[in-house]
Amino acid sequence: MDQSIQNDLNAPHSMGTTIIGVTYNGGVVLGADSRTSTGVYVANRASDKITQLTDNVYLCRSGSAADSQIVSDYVRHFLHQHTIQLGHPATVKVAANLIRLFSYNNKNMLQTGLIIGGWDKYEGGKIYGVPLGGTILEQPFAIGGSGSTYLYGFFDQEWKEGMTKEEAEQLVVKAVSLAIARDGASGGVVRTVIINSEGVTRNYYPGDALPLWHEELEPQNSLLDILSSSSSGPDMMIS
Amino acid sequence: MESNQSKPGLLCNPEGSQRTLYPYVTGTSVVALKYKDGILMAADMGGSYGSTLRYKSVERMKPIGKHSLLGASGEISDFQELLHYLDELILYDNMWDDGNSLGPKEVHNYLTRVMYNRRNKFDPLWNSLVLGGVKKGQKYLGMVSMIGVNFEDNHVATGFGNHLARPILRDEWHENLTFEEGVKLLEKCMRVLLYRDRSAVNKLQISKITEEGVTISQPYSLKTFWGFSAFENPTLGAEGSW
Repeated sequence: MDQSIQNDLNAPHSMGTTIIGVTYNGGVVLGADSRTSTGVYVANRASDKITQLTDNVYLCRSGSAADSQIVSDYVRHFLHQHTIQLGHPATVKVAANLIRLFSYNNKNMLQTGLIIGGWDKYEGGKIYGVPLGGTILEQPFAIGGSGSTYLYGFFDQEWKEGMTKEEAEQLVVKAVSLAIARDGASGGVVRTVIINSEGVTRNYYPGDALPLWHEELEPQNSLLDILSSSSSGPDMMIS
Repeated sequence: MESNQSKPGLLCNPEGSQRTLYPYVTGTSVVALKYKDGILMAADMGGSYGSTLRYKSVERMKPIGKHSLLGASGEISDFQELLHYLDELILYDNMWDDGNSLGPKEVHNYLTRVMYNRRNKFDPLWNSLVLGGVKKGQKYLGMVSMIGVNFEDNHVATGFGNHLARPILRDEWHENLTFEEGVKLLEKCMRVLLYRDRSAVNKLQISKITEEGVTISQPYSLKTFWGFSAFENPTLGAEGSW
């Protein structure tokens, strides 16, 4: 038993994850869970998987924590240089293509799926998916990470064009929370980042504020509270 | 000496061996045929991620220069990289500004060299390519595989299309098909692929290239037929079978 725990503690940090990026009428909403695991151990239960690349472009990271961090660091550096040389903010398309360049040229070594989302004055809100291998695809919404497998059907049904900011954020929170319910590699809190012409808003939905799904129960402080509030006596005493 | 830091996109020593071991996001069959006025090509818009039908709006056919049309199956990121190479090729060709332009035969040859040389380095671009075009009235349709095998023919297909579409084309293709006949023939092939290829997606585009230029249709879906009585009651003759 000790052996297997030792091995797992040295396993590479991986963000079995759920990440989502959604466009709405006026911008984008990015969302993610917060679990980083090393094998079966949860190394960080409140990680921030939505990283800033520039003032107006953010990145959702999934897969290997190290790989996604280093790619985002490099791209942030080159984007910064690019912005200085250009004289005005970089576009979402440029940021996404830089990410693609790294992912594609190092495809044999990297194991990271990324979702780029942002707002610029030329194209408005845009979402780009860069999965394993370095393909780049512009999409009205994108899902990624291990938890996303549980969301394909959900989005097929619930997605619609031209949502409002509130509708879009609610959809993202609902989706991440559904994925967390079924994916062991996703968990913790739901973080969202909303990007539009007015700027960037970060929101935090703690684990205990998320809706409950099938077979999940309302959290309690203690059994004792249930017992004392139950009027029909101690009905969990099964002899 | 150029440092690696100054090359965005390469994290490691460029001399280190790189090999594409396996594809991630893949496109399935492309089918194409010569007809009276040029070439017709069809491909669905699916990008599969293993067995998941992950992306359903991937454009797998693109115009190249004025005279060619390229369709690809296999790894989408490698196809996107090829499009970058071809952009550069066409740009340099235009910069000569000599009234000449690369025809489909030349582009096909370029692609063959690229694919074959990558294969020799054990680092293939994981694609099967279909290149069609018309220049000065001459129709051209060729194929290049990921190991550099290339050939020309009156009708070609990649992937599953080789097994399912080519027999149909061998039977029903003839010289001087009209546009309508060509489209119907391609749709027949695509429908069979939809029934029998697990990675097919019911959203396709048909593109044509003639002396005038390239047209890629808007995405559309095919009707499928399920009205066989044997389908409704498959175990009538033998309960328990399938």
